[in-house]
Amino acid sequence: MEEKITGSDALWRSLIEEGVDTVFGYPGGQIMPVYDRHCDYADKIRHILVRHEQGAIHAAQGYARIKGRPGVVLVTSGPGATNVVTGVADAMTDSTPIVVISGQVPSGALGTDAFQEADVIGLTAPITKWNYQIRRPEEVGWAIARAFYIARTGRPGPVVLDFTKDAQVGLTDFRYEPCQFIRSYVPDPSPSEQMVEKAAHMLDEAERPFCVFGQGVTISGAEKELAEFLSKGDIPAGSTLLGLSALPSGFPLYRGMIGMHGNVAPNILTNECDVLIAVGMRFDDRVTGTVSTYARQAKVIHIDIDKSELGKIITPEVALRGDAREVLARLTRKMQPRKRSEWTRAHLRCESVEKEKVIDPEVHPGSGFLKMGEVVDRVAEATGGKAVIVTDVGQNQMMAARYSRFARSRSFLSSGGLGTMGFGLPAAIGAKVADPGREVCLFVGDGGIQMTLQEFGTIMQDGIGVKMILLNNNWLGNVRQWQELFFKERYSQTRMLNPDYGMIASAYGIPSRIVKDRSELDGALREMLSTDRPFLLDVHVEEEGMVMPMIPPGKGIHEIMLTENEWFS
Amino acid sequence: MENEEIKEYTVLIYTENEIGLLSQISNVFTRRSLSIWSMSAGATAHEGVHNITIVTEGTERKVRQAAEQIEKRVDVIKVFFYTDDKIVYRELALYKISTERFLGCNDIEGLLSRYGARIVEMNRKFTVIQKTGYTEETQALYDELEPFGILQFIRSGRIAVSRAVQEPVFKFLEKREKARKQLNK
Repeated sequence: MEEKITGSDALWRSLIEEGVDTVFGYPGGQIMPVYDRHCDYADKIRHILVRHEQGAIHAAQGYARIKGRPGVVLVTSGPGATNVVTGVADAMTDSTPIVVISGQVPSGALGTDAFQEADVIGLTAPITKWNYQIRRPEEVGWAIARAFYIARTGRPGPVVLDFTKDAQVGLTDFRYEPCQFIRSYVPDPSPSEQMVEKAAHMLDEAERPFCVFGQGVTISGAEKELAEFLSKGDIPAGSTLLGLSALPSGFPLYRGMIGMHGNVAPNILTNECDVLIAVGMRFDDRVTGTVSTYARQAKVIHIDIDKSELGKIITPEVALRGDAREVLARLTRKMQPRKRSEWTRAHLRCESVEKEKVIDPEVHPGSGFLKMGEVVDRVAEATGGKAVIVTDVGQNQMMAARYSRFARSRSFLSSGGLGTMGFGLPAAIGAKVADPGREVCLFVGDGGIQMTLQEFGTIMQDGIGVKMILLNNNWLGNVRQWQELFFKERYSQTRMLNPDYGMIASAYGIPSRIVKDRSELDGALREMLSTDRPFLLDVHVEEEGMVMPMIPPGKGIHEIMLTENEWFS
Repeated sequence: MENEEIKEYTVLIYTENEIGLLSQISNVFTRRSLSIWSMSAGATAHEGVHNITIVTEGTERKVRQAAEQIEKRVDVIKVFFYTDDKIVYRELALYKISTERFLGCNDIEGLLSRYGARIVEMNRKFTVIQKTGYTEETQALYDELEPFGILQFIRSGRIAVSRAVQEPVFKFLEKREKARKQLNK
C-alpha cells in the first residue's frame, strides 16, 4: 500500500509527470495549501511570481507559444480566477495551450456566496476547450492528465481546473497515468486519400495557385513541409498575423502578410488566383475584408484540424480536415512539380508600388520625426532577424508585424484574434523564460504598456532580460488613426499624457534610454542589446503616424488605401 | 449558394454524462441568437451516453455552425441535425381537468379515442389525460378540453428518431472502441 499524499502534493507531482518546469502565478487564500506544498517541489518547478493574475496568463501564453508546450497558471479563487479570464479568452481564439489551476472555496461552501467565491466553471465554459472542478483529491491526477492532453492536442486551447480547498488538503493514493484517449474527442483526424488526390489534382490544373497560411503551420511543426510544398508547386504564399515566421522572410515564394494592414501583393494575389489553398488559418475578418468579395474567382482548398472552421466563413471546394504537417506532406507527394514563372512574378508591380508609396517613406523618411516602422526596421537590422518579436496591440503590433524580419519559426508573438492590449509585456516575460538564450524584443505602445506596467516588478525580481521598445506617440494611436479616417477627426479620449517611463523603469532597477532623434537610435539599440539585462527603450515617434496600407472596414481586400488620399489601382 | 431559407431543425446531441454540458450547449445557441423552441434530455440505451434533443429555427448554415461548435466540446460525442421530413418525432402533453365537469361530457370515450389520448389518473377532484403527437394535435385536444376548464397543461420537449435505419452515433462509438483497443495493445 502506498503512502497517502495530499491533493496539493498530487497536483505538483502530476505537473512534474507532465514535464512542467515553470508555473506563472499569484497566491491567495483558497490556493494556499498548493502554494505551501510548492516549497517541497521548488527545485523541480520554477514559480514566477507576477504582479497581477492577468500578467500570469499572458506570460504563460508567451511561454507556451515559444516552447510549443502548455503554459501553466496558478491563481486563487474569485478575483484571482476572474483576473485571468481575458487571457483565457485570448488563448482560446489564438489556439494557445494553457492549463489554469484556480483555487476554489471548500466544496461544502460552493454556491453560498462564500468569501472569494466565483462561479469559475460557469464563467470560463464558453472560453475554454475544457474545464472541470476538482472536488476530491483522488481526481487530481486524472484531471491534470486530461487537461494537458486536451490543451495540447488537436487545435490547442486553454483548460481551466477549479480546485476546491478541501480537495487540496484531503489525502489520496497517487499513481500517475497520462491521458491518451478520450472517446468523445478525436484530435487527430486525417483526410481520405481521395480528398487529398482531388486537392492535388486541382493544384496540378491551376495556373495561378496561391497559398495563405496561419499559425496552424507553426503549431503542427509543418514549416519544412510548407516550404517543400510551395517549392514543388512553385506556389507563392502569404501569411496571417499569427502565421508570421513560419516561413523565413527571405523565402523566395513568400509574399508577405495578408489582411487589413498586410502587404499589397498577397492581398491582391488572393483575389487574382485561380486556386486558393488555405493552411491552418480561419479566415478572420481582418484577413478577408468583406467576405462577399473575397477570392470569389478562386476554387478554395482548406486544410485545418478544426472541423468547425471548415466552411465557417468560406465554403471550400475541398476541405482537408487534419494536421497541417501530415496533410501538406501527403499533398506534396501527390502533386506534380510545376514551374509558374509568369505567375510568380505577378506580385512585382504591387511590391514596387508599396515600396515607393508606403515602405520607403515609413522606413527611410530621412528627416522629420522618427517613424514607427523605421524603429522596427532598425531593431530587425540590429538583431539579425533572430530575435523573438513580441507585440502589444495596436499600431505597434501592425508595424512590428510589417517590418520585422524572421530567420526562424516561433519568432513572432502577438494577440491576434482577441486583440488584447496589455498582452505584450507579460507575454515577452513568458517568452524569455521559455527560451532565455534568445533575444526577446517587445514592441509596445504608451497605451498598452500602462495596462500591465506592474510586471516591471516581475522582471526585476526574476532578472528577466526582455528588451522593451516603447513606441511612444502620446496617443492611443490605432484608435486615433480610425478617428482621423472615419470619425471626422473627432479625437475622443485618445490623447494620453504620459509619465516619465525612464523614472518608472529606474524605480525597478531597469536601465532605460529615451530616444528622440534618429541619430541616437542605432547607438541606443546597441546599448540595449549589449547585455542580457532587461532594458526599456522609450522611443518618441511621430505623433500622428499611420499604419498603411489599409483595407478599411467594409471594403474588399482589393480596395487598398496606400495613404490617406491615395488608393492602390 | 447555400440555402438561406429559415427552417425548423431538430438537433440530436449525444454526450457523455458530464455536469454543465447543458448550459454550454444552450450557450452555443444563444450566442448565435438561435431560439431554442424545445429541449429534452435523457439517458440512451447505450451506457453512459445521454441524448439532448433541441428544436430550433434558423438557416441551414447557422444551424450547422451551431452543431459543429457543440460537437467541438470535448464531452460531446456526436451532433446531428434534421429537417422535420428526415425524422419521426413526438411530444407528450398532460392535461389536468376537473373530474366533475369532465364526466358531464356526453362522449368522453369518443373524444379520447379520436385523439388517441388516454386517462392516466382519475380521482374525485381531477382527471389527468395524456396525449402524444405533434404540437398541432396536442393543441387541438387542448382546444376541445378547454370548455371543461383546464386546471393545468404541460407539454414536453420534442423527442425524435432519424429515418436512417441505424443511429450513426453507435457506429462512431464502435470505431472509437476499436481505436482504444489499438492504443492499449
